[in-house]
Amino acid sequence: MRNLGTFVAGLVFGLGLVVSGMTSPARVMGFLDILGTWDPSLAFVMGGAVLTATPLFWLARRRARPLAAAAFDRPPTTPIDGRLLGGAALFGIGWGLSGICPGPALVDLAIAPLAVVGFVAAMLAGIAFSAKVLRPFLDATQPPSGSAESDFRQVLVE
Amino acid sequence: MLDPFLLPLLGGVLIGLAAGGLYLFAGEIAGITGIARIAMLGPKSAPRGGWALRGWAVSFISGLLVAGLAARLVLRADLVSGVEGVAPTALMVGGLLVGIGTDLGNGCTSGHGVCGLSRFSPRSLAAVATFMVTAGLTVALARHGDL
Repeated sequence: MRNLGTFVAGLVFGLGLVVSGMTSPARVMGFLDILGTWDPSLAFVMGGAVLTATPLFWLARRRARPLAAAAFDRPPTTPIDGRLLGGAALFGIGWGLSGICPGPALVDLAIAPLAVVGFVAAMLAGIAFSAKVLRPFLDATQPPSGSAESDFRQVLVE
Repeated sequence: MLDPFLLPLLGGVLIGLAAGGLYLFAGEIAGITGIARIAMLGPKSAPRGGWALRGWAVSFISGLLVAGLAARLVLRADLVSGVEGVAPTALMVGGLLVGIGTDLGNGCTSGHGVCGLSRFSPRSLAAVATFMVTAGLTVALARHGDL
């Protein structure tokens, strides 16, 4: 039941990406190309998504638990640190180089497998490299954020 | 009048419904990178977690792929226009940076963008501002670097 529900969520999410135009690298590049012939239309994707999701997250906050699970996933509320901003910066560079972010990459894999299989393989390898090598290494060399001292050090490193 | 904006808005509403619905129903954040990592490697709290912990994520990814297949079969339009214009090295390097960056930064356009902003998360706002700037700069350098 729970897995059927998450399948439907993935299906609707993917259809939303197709309908919105996010599956096309040309459209995404046009949206990111502020100095060129800027196409602002994809801002409405984020706008529509946030406007729709906000009341649903608000509803969820008023509940003790989700409809079909034991507990809500609570994303970290640690201070903004170098790892968050550095990761986001790297992601932006990769997004700007390719015009593809993770959701559209997986939808595109079903639409035009040969065209994006290299991107998807590299992306999954990058996720695994970061999760298995990079983050454990950073955890060992710098204390994970949370203490004021470590955040100060990470800001200095940045 | 609304034409160029109507489909992006409608698509965004579908994405928002899916993201909010996933949280309300399963209690999970619809960040595609996080979901892909859980499907591949299991959740952070249980890195060797089996199907019981990864099944929901594999199901979500299957939904994304089925959406792509259905779109390919039903719609005639070129849904991935522009992908042929991206150099193979840019695709590989871009994919690697997207993977490393989203895992290290704990989220991408969906996790920080859609879910994080909808939850009014300051971390997500900082992440979105950062990746929008570096993505814009990258495109500007690649397209107009000779200016």
